[in-house]
Order: sequence, then C-alpha cells, then structure tokens
Amino acid sequence: MTASAVLFYLFGALALGSAIAMVLNVRNTVAAALSLVVTMIALAGVFVLLDAFLVGAIQIMVYAGAIVVLFLFVVMLLNLRTDLFPPGRSFLPKVLGVVAALCLLALLVPRIGAHLPAPALLPEGFGGFRTVGLALFTRYLLPLEVASLLLLAAIVGAVVLAKRRID
Amino acid sequence: MPPLDVIVKTLFIILVVMAGFLPIITWVERKQSAVMQDRIGANRADIGGIAALGLLHPAADVLKLLTKEDFVPAGANRVMHLLAPVIALVPAIITLAVVPFGGRYQFGDTTLNLVVADVDWGMLYVFAVGSLAAYGTVMAGWSSNNNWSLLGSLRGSAQMISYEVTMGLSIVSLFMIYETLRLTDMAVYQDATFRVFGFLEHLGLVKDIGWLGVLQLPRWGIFLQPLAFFLFLTCVMAENKRPPFDVPEGESEIIAGYHMEYSGMRFGLFYTAEFLEVPVIGTIVATLFLGGWSIPFLPQALLIRGLTHFGGVGFATGLTMILHVLTFFLKVIFMIWLQMQIRWTLPRFRYDQVMDLCWKIMLPLSIANIFVTAIGLLVVDGVAR
Repeated sequence: MTASAVLFYLFGALALGSAIAMVLNVRNTVAAALSLVVTMIALAGVFVLLDAFLVGAIQIMVYAGAIVVLFLFVVMLLNLRTDLFPPGRSFLPKVLGVVAALCLLALLVPRIGAHLPAPALLPEGFGGFRTVGLALFTRYLLPLEVASLLLLAAIVGAVVLAKRRID
Repeated sequence: MPPLDVIVKTLFIILVVMAGFLPIITWVERKQSAVMQDRIGANRADIGGIAALGLLHPAADVLKLLTKEDFVPAGANRVMHLLAPVIALVPAIITLAVVPFGGRYQFGDTTLNLVVADVDWGMLYVFAVGSLAAYGTVMAGWSSNNNWSLLGSLRGSAQMISYEVTMGLSIVSLFMIYETLRLTDMAVYQDATFRVFGFLEHLGLVKDIGWLGVLQLPRWGIFLQPLAFFLFLTCVMAENKRPPFDVPEGESEIIAGYHMEYSGMRFGLFYTAEFLEVPVIGTIVATLFLGGWSIPFLPQALLIRGLTHFGGVGFATGLTMILHVLTFFLKVIFMIWLQMQIRWTLPRFRYDQVMDLCWKIMLPLSIANIFVTAIGLLVVDGVAR
C-alpha cells in the first residue's frame, strides 16, 4: 500500500469514528460539535487525497472554519449544559434506529457498487479551482445564480425576523 | 520519508521564525512600546550584571512560565482545557508550509525551489488553515467554566468569522491580476516593473507616452492594489486579536477573556500563538503585496547575469539566492515593525466598532474593489484585442 493509500484509509477511519463520536455525544453539545469539526477536517483530507483540492480547501474553510464555529457560537450563547437533557429512557428507539440504518446500508451498498465507473486517468487540472470555476460560471451558471438568489432570500428573511424582534 | 531538501527547508523556515523572530519580537514589543511612551523599557534581567539591552528578558519569560503551576480550574473540561492552547498555536506554524522564502534557482541539473510545499491552491490553504485558528479561542473559553472566558471566546469567534469573510474578498482583486493562487508564482509575477502611465497606452488614449515611460514602479501588489493592501492588513490584524482588535481579551472589560483561566506555559502557548502570528502575517503580506523575495528594479535573470561577471554561473545563482532570502526577511521585518507601530498607536476599539468596521465599511469596500478591478481588466483586455 502506498503512503497516500494509508493516509486515505486513516482519514476515512477518522471521519467515520468522529461522526460516531458526534452521535454518541448528543447530550454534550459542544463535544458533539467539535467531533463534527474533526469529521469535516478528515473529509477534507480524503478530498485532497482524491485530487479534489478545491473541495477539500472549501470543506475546511466553509464547514470547519465557519459553519461549525457558528454552531458553537449559538450553543455557547444558549449555554446548553449536560444536565438540561434527561438521559434516554427507552432502549427501543435506539435499537430501531440501528436496524433502520442497517437496512439503508443494505439497500445502498449493492446499488452503489453496481454503478461505480471503470477506473480512468484523471483529466488535466481535475479538481483545481480553474476547472471548477470554469464549470460553475459557464455550464452551471443558472443553478449557481439560483442558489445565490436563494441565499440572498434567506439573508433578507433573517434580517426581517431579527429587526421585528428589535422593534 | 520526505526528501532531504524538504526536511531542510522546513527546519530552516521554522527555525528562522520560531527561534529567530519569536524571541526578538517579545523584546521589540517591550522596547518599542517603551520608546513610544518615553520609558526605558525592560532592562532588569541580567547574567552577572550584563543586561544586554534587555535581550535576556525572553529567556527569563520562558523560565518563569515553565516553572509556574499549571492550574486547571474546578468544573473545567480537562481534555479541552489542555488541548486549546495547542490548537491555537498549530495553524500559525503550518501556514509557513506554502510561503516561498526565495525563488527557483537552477544549479546545474538540480532546481532548488525555496518553498516547503509548492501547491497550486496555496492561498486557499492559507485561508483554510487560518479559519481553524478560531477553535483555540472557542475551546479555551468554553472549557474554562468561567463566564468571563466564555464572553471572550464568544467575542473572539464572532470577530474571527466576520473578518475571515472580508479577508478572503479583499484579495480576490489581487488574484484577478496575478491569475494564480500559487504563492511562488505570485512572487515571480512581482519580480518585474511596470510603467506608471503605461495604462494610457494600453487604453489607446495616447500613442506613445514618451519620457513618462521612465517613471516605473516594481510590479508589486501594494502598487497595483493599494486598497486591497490596507483592507487585507486590517483583516489579518483583526484575526491576530492583538490591539486595537483585542476585544476577546479586553482586560478592562472581561479581565483577560478567553485565556483568563490559564497559567504557566499553557498561557505561554496562547501568548506564543499571538506573537508567532505577527511574523507569519509578515510573510504572507510580504509575498502578496511587497514582492516576496524579489529585489526592486533587479529581476532575477538580470541579477544573475550581472553577478556572473564576478564568478561562475553557480556563484552568481548562489549569491542571488542568498540576496533574495535576505530581501524576503527584510520585508518581513518591515511588516513586523509596521504591526508593532499600529499596535502601540491605536487604542482598543469598542466591540460594536470592530463589527461595524468589518461589515459596514470593509466588506462593501472590498466588493467594490473587486468590481472596479474586474471592469478595469475587461476594458484593458477589450482595447488590447
């Protein structure tokens, strides 16, 4: 196994492990959010090892560096403490959850396996900011603009809601 | 194992910044503030009566911090409390990986590229790593189980997220001119000159600018994008959380903010992180705006050709390399001096002023700068065709 393959599986295991840690830490909100950060960083590592440099950098910049910091900001502002959440009473929902997850896995895995493309050489500049930027601003211009319009609407909505509270 | 040259380059840049700049900066901070406030400054630490202008104070600091009790407050989250200072320090160190402290040099068959990691997405790496710096602040404040610390880290996280947005947007205009995100290519681009009034010719307003063509400037970011320079410098100083942007610490309001419950070397790590960011900011700003390693009016090829008269090609290339590395660190020293000067000139902003400055003044200005630059580039392109 090459060094990058070893790193790939290490980052993958780290992403999965910290994702599970996030779910298990559900009563300690800050610890859960920090586990989410580790997941994001490990995912960025996986992306970079797959030559998707731009996605990897954005994964850290946007998700780990901004969105989860905002999560933490809100969690700390509300000062959610562990004792606010009562311990889970029933065992049944957990078992049902695990069974449902396993069913989903059983459904998905054969389908994904059947649709994997044959291995091929990467095209020139794959995953770089040039290729992605060109694709975004030529072929996918309309979806991009629609998405930005959606974000703008969300921002305006947030301002309206916040302003009503102040007035 | 990475190749030998990578190890040597990594050791070089880390040793210069951490063992060279870092102790000196704490001394400069004390002495420069003393000069500006008409005091003598630190001069008491001595060995056998020799105080050496106070240069021994950094060593005294380290000894004191290492021997103090490492205290964890009751009710604190132990693991996060212990991890937070480390997480605050790491981003500053690993940013240095993509900073070119010299150009590319050809020695016979081997090319020496004076940067640890020459990646195509260098500036994205800097932004990504820089955005992780907020976690040290957030974790320190939350894990300390102290309301003042929590307030400090709340302020810190809000401030750092806000200024990250403006920091990214403020230099987009620069990327449009450089047409690259690779820091080594940016330095190469700036290793040239441009005619101040050359744009009149480009636009077709004048056929030949004649003697005005003598007026030349180095093709540095600060001359091409002066507004971007001021916006970016303000943003990185706000990210650094030193005065005038030290509201997360604000000792007159919230005692010491996010690192209030830290003592000994763990406090020292926060202190180190803040001080280390000063030369790291210096290296980034020097590379983006001050031409990196390039010597003004002496492009690399010209310099090597000129020096060949005094010795062989190998000698000329080697001497050029040394001159370039020295030039780079000279620019970094200038940026450190500038940051110190700003730090001791301006008083701390109020928290709402910090946020207003970011969202209401700097963000609109940087977006306007992108628009104006884009239109300018389009017009020049259109006329050239």
